[in-house]
Amino acid sequence: MKLSKEEYDKLNQQVSPKSRLLTDCLWAFFVGGSICLVGEVLRVFYLSRGFILTDASALTSVTLVVLSAVLTSLGWYQKLASRAGAGTLVPITGFANAVVSPAIEYRVEGLVTGVGAKMFVIAGPVIVWGMLASIVWGVVYYFLRPMLGG
Amino acid sequence: MQFFWAFLVGGALCVIGQLLIDLTAMTPARILVLFVVSGVVLSALGWYPPLAKFAGAGATVPLLGFGHLLAQGVIAAVEQHGLLGALTGGFSAAAGGIAASLACGVIASLLARSKDQC
Repeated sequence: MKLSKEEYDKLNQQVSPKSRLLTDCLWAFFVGGSICLVGEVLRVFYLSRGFILTDASALTSVTLVVLSAVLTSLGWYQKLASRAGAGTLVPITGFANAVVSPAIEYRVEGLVTGVGAKMFVIAGPVIVWGMLASIVWGVVYYFLRPMLGG
Repeated sequence: MQFFWAFLVGGALCVIGQLLIDLTAMTPARILVLFVVSGVVLSALGWYPPLAKFAGAGATVPLLGFGHLLAQGVIAAVEQHGLLGALTGGFSAAAGGIAASLACGVIASLLARSKDQC
């Protein structure tokens, strides 16, 4: 089959993004789902040990964060992330990876201006905007509460 | 069965993130911000709590759940401390995850060597 460059590009565009999108989504689904499954196993375990619901959830997050930090230190989390994309980014393990990774990376620039300053280069914005949204919601809730009959 | 739903819902939320990465040119930081803020909004609207009850870690482990945690923390704090709770609720609720990440980051920076990405 003979194709001009334009025809080839057109065909290539038709085929590759779709199949890549599907592969990416499958990876994200299975890896992300698996991380959540590990989370659920941990949560059930902590609940069975007699922790109340909120404490069990918090302990689950902390455990996942520690696991993610260990895997990030070994360089394994990044390897998985290159395939799993959002599957490793969206769970709380991705947040921990976003903190631990630059902390290791910028160690050479010192403990204060390196580790201390660069650690929250990606996670910082998440905390800033998440916290701001929660403050706004808190104020709204405060004034809404009497109307809700609370 | 609850393990199945945790896997399915958690996976589905990650697919949403993957679609954002592939179809829009959003950077990871923007996606994380979007997820957390959306989590706050969905939780405030009362839509997220049923999902969290149904899917467990499938809903709380993705960063939408982090937003949900902030929103619920603020509600509890406002109930207890009034308007001051709007300021203290979010950080109190998120403290565990953030402090753990922070401590792990410092320890890892002391113990681990920088590696090539991927």
